Amino acid sequence: MIRVQRVKVNRSIGGDIVLLTALALFGSIMALPMLYAISSSLKPLHEIWIFPPKFLVQNPTLKNFKDLLSLLSDSWVPFSRYIFNTLFISIIGTGGHVIIASMCAYALSKHRFYGAKFMFKVIVLSLMFSSAVTYVPTYLVMSRLHLINRYSSLILPAFSSSLGLFLMKQFMESMIPDVVLEAAKIDGAGELRIFFTITMPMVKPAWLTLIVFSFQSLWNINGGIYIQREELKTLNYAVKQIVAGGVARAGAGAASIVFMMMLPIIVFIVTQSNIVETMSASGIKE
Amino acid sequence: MNRFYKKKKISLSFQLILNKIWRDRVSYLFCLPYVVLFLIFTVIPVLISMFFSLTSFNILQPPKWQGLNNYITLFLKDEIFLISLKNTLILATITGPVSYLMCLLFAWGINELTPKIRAFVTLLFYAPSISGNAYLIWTLLFNGDSYGLVNGMLLKLGVINTPIQFFTDTKYMMPLVIVVVLWMSLGTSLLVFIAGFQGIDKTYYEAASVDGIKNRFQELWYVTLPMMKPQLMFSAIMSITASFNIGDAITGLVGFPSTEYAVHTMMHHLQDFGTVRFEMGYASAIATLLFVIMVGANKLIQNLLEKIGG
Repeated sequence: MIRVQRVKVNRSIGGDIVLLTALALFGSIMALPMLYAISSSLKPLHEIWIFPPKFLVQNPTLKNFKDLLSLLSDSWVPFSRYIFNTLFISIIGTGGHVIIASMCAYALSKHRFYGAKFMFKVIVLSLMFSSAVTYVPTYLVMSRLHLINRYSSLILPAFSSSLGLFLMKQFMESMIPDVVLEAAKIDGAGELRIFFTITMPMVKPAWLTLIVFSFQSLWNINGGIYIQREELKTLNYAVKQIVAGGVARAGAGAASIVFMMMLPIIVFIVTQSNIVETMSASGIKE
Repeated sequence: MNRFYKKKKISLSFQLILNKIWRDRVSYLFCLPYVVLFLIFTVIPVLISMFFSLTSFNILQPPKWQGLNNYITLFLKDEIFLISLKNTLILATITGPVSYLMCLLFAWGINELTPKIRAFVTLLFYAPSISGNAYLIWTLLFNGDSYGLVNGMLLKLGVINTPIQFFTDTKYMMPLVIVVVLWMSLGTSLLVFIAGFQGIDKTYYEAASVDGIKNRFQELWYVTLPMMKPQLMFSAIMSITASFNIGDAITGLVGFPSTEYAVHTMMHHLQDFGTVRFEMGYASAIATLLFVIMVGANKLIQNLLEKIGG
């Protein structure tokens, strides 16, 4: 049952009803395509070919998911290989990003040094455009560094994602009292030790958020520009190929879409409260 | 004499900076790994792009200086570029503000719910944006033959006689793309707003009520929004940047290039010259323009938001 908080002032029952109706309406519009994806992924082949098409599945089956794994198994790159590639890139990229960005965020938020303000300004500026814009020169840089057709062409740029650094810096600034750090310094702790044993445990919500965001973007990465070798390509790329098969492969296509969205959604459910806590510190104050 | 003095002063201040840098070397070391990667993958590409935009360059031969020729060609001779510019601006001016307002309003509504329902509804709205290529499900929903759900229903109801080619008929492409983009645009901004609403001290509302605030709209306008300015600023950046960066979703829906360039954006034009034709100088000019437009739009909106509420 939906129960509205009645502790607040300035709330009329009529307003509550309108608000809840609007939320329910838009919520179901948002959810319909997702439900259709799940429903289609459970449809057996003959249900895909009935006219008129039905929104809900009649005889749900997991065959599409099994097919997904076998679909590409006889081709020279099995589906599991795409999963491995994406998992590998996501895990290494996320781990490195959290450590590297947190270290820099720590210095930017808690140390005062020449150029720190300028550095942060440049990072905020970089939030204002997407890196897809500069993919041509990035490609040239990568080919100079011999990163083309390597996992590192997707992992290394992820290390330096500016959104993560931004969120971490804002969070550290508002959550860590300088007194704590000074006390640690007086006790003789080195900066690295302060960072790992005092700062990082105090900003757990923030690094959980960084993990979620970084994992999401890497899990969904296409990377077709920098990686041309089929056996190194990502899940996103493979799913697009399957869905491009059209209605004939609608079942497998929907299954692959559902498969891809499952993991980020589960991760988000587990960490939601931490993310919201991090976001509360994210604002830009001039 | 004077000149010598100036020189000495400069070298002195330089010495001072070096001393400062040495004193804070630990801080710089903390930043070093991030900064190196950030320079390589973000700053340097932007600078290279700006330089190449003034040349003609096909990777095989060294770049040739062109001055502003690429830009002149873009605006005077390249009709498809003008189409892409128009489409980009249409998409951005619709999806950017609408998505921003949707995030704000939904977050406002979500904030009124009890914590458990709040978590569920948040997931409901946020899910499409984290699911990577979930937009592909729309290709099944709006599939161009009678087995697509929407076509099937319309045929059954007798509204149409032949299936509509939603993704190749220029009449439907732009609206459909806008709907899909909006559907998956409730991302970071939504979470920022939800956090912003939750972070406001409840006593302010009680005080406001004493001061004569009568309903939730007045409360939102006079109390909540002015207090959420930092969040409004940050999510504006996220929304604007996302609204210019919707090339991939469009390609996923209607293919590349789209029929009669109906939803051809600058991102696609860039892709065309960068990966298909290998005219890197020209592609860089497109990239530089897009960069300037994105940052310019952000700065403009930041200035506007700065004025609201004083």
